[in-house]
Amino acid sequence: MAKIIVVTSGKGGVGKTTTAASFAAGLAMRGNKTVVIDFDVGLRNLDLIMGCERRVVFDFINVISGEANLKQALIRDKRHENLYILAASQTRDKDALNQEGVERTLNKLAEDFDYIICDSPAGIETGAIMAMYFADEALVVTNPEVSSVRDSDRVLGMLSSKTKRAKEGGEPVKEHLVVTRYAANRVGKGEMLSLDDINDILGIPLLGVIPESEKVLNASNSGTPVAMEDNADAGQAYLDLVARFLGENRPMRFTEAKKKFLDRLMGR
Amino acid sequence: MGWLDVFRSNDKKTSAQTAKERLQVVVAHRRGGGGDHPAYFPQLQQDLLAVLRKYVQVGDDAVQMEIEREGDLEVLELNITLPEDSRH
Repeated sequence: MAKIIVVTSGKGGVGKTTTAASFAAGLAMRGNKTVVIDFDVGLRNLDLIMGCERRVVFDFINVISGEANLKQALIRDKRHENLYILAASQTRDKDALNQEGVERTLNKLAEDFDYIICDSPAGIETGAIMAMYFADEALVVTNPEVSSVRDSDRVLGMLSSKTKRAKEGGEPVKEHLVVTRYAANRVGKGEMLSLDDINDILGIPLLGVIPESEKVLNASNSGTPVAMEDNADAGQAYLDLVARFLGENRPMRFTEAKKKFLDRLMGR
Repeated sequence: MGWLDVFRSNDKKTSAQTAKERLQVVVAHRRGGGGDHPAYFPQLQQDLLAVLRKYVQVGDDAVQMEIEREGDLEVLELNITLPEDSRH
């Protein structure tokens, strides 16, 4: 039975696509057959982050409208045989996404895959609701910053009211907090909301903390999910996150400010 | 700057603390609206408005109420906004 996980946030630019790409990559690297779907119709970007933009022939909307079948539209990642992507359409508008079509596609994918990752568009409109509607679990991506935290709170409200699980009165969507662009040194100086602060406000369990890192831009420049990069702090943090998602107990890393050289010498 | 300010600057809030407090206000509002309020809340709000209107002209949004929970303690926070010209 496939698990459907939406990566969502409300606010744009917080790292949803980066998270979706690395989460999917991490699950695949751990031997799970995983597909990641771009729900951002009209503004597709997942293909670029995954480095397969030149291999997109058919997309999610083509599948929904019956112009192509899933086999034609699924792009297999060149680095990991367990990893597939389904690109969004660039030309259509978001109304092309309809609930029946999305459900049909997800059901078909569920026959074949262990995990289906839905990369939500920003906002709280049709596209975002469509991405979360069929989800079993949700990664709520949040930056330690006021507007992002407030938007995440809005999205939590939607997860508990607008999803299929909410409407049918089943078990609620399982929510996970993912804090990205975390700068431990700034938190230490009282310039940035801490993990505890965010936790107090949003009140959902923390799955992972991704440090602010230049490696994220480097990885996206080359079309590699940062989780696949060796020696990238953010990539390691994503792999930890995946391990926790799969039930392993891994302490949070990159949450303490780096000590200055002098402090280390003095054993402080 | 007075000499007292030297001491005051020590317990000055950090910007992160300010951010947290501001967020707690806006976010608690949504949580409260999600069925967490006691059932009598809307009626109490209407009654309070009616009483107020015996004395001052106020709009429908003049009475804001929130319930804050801290452990076992529940605090009803009542915020009444009077119009500018209410004092004669």
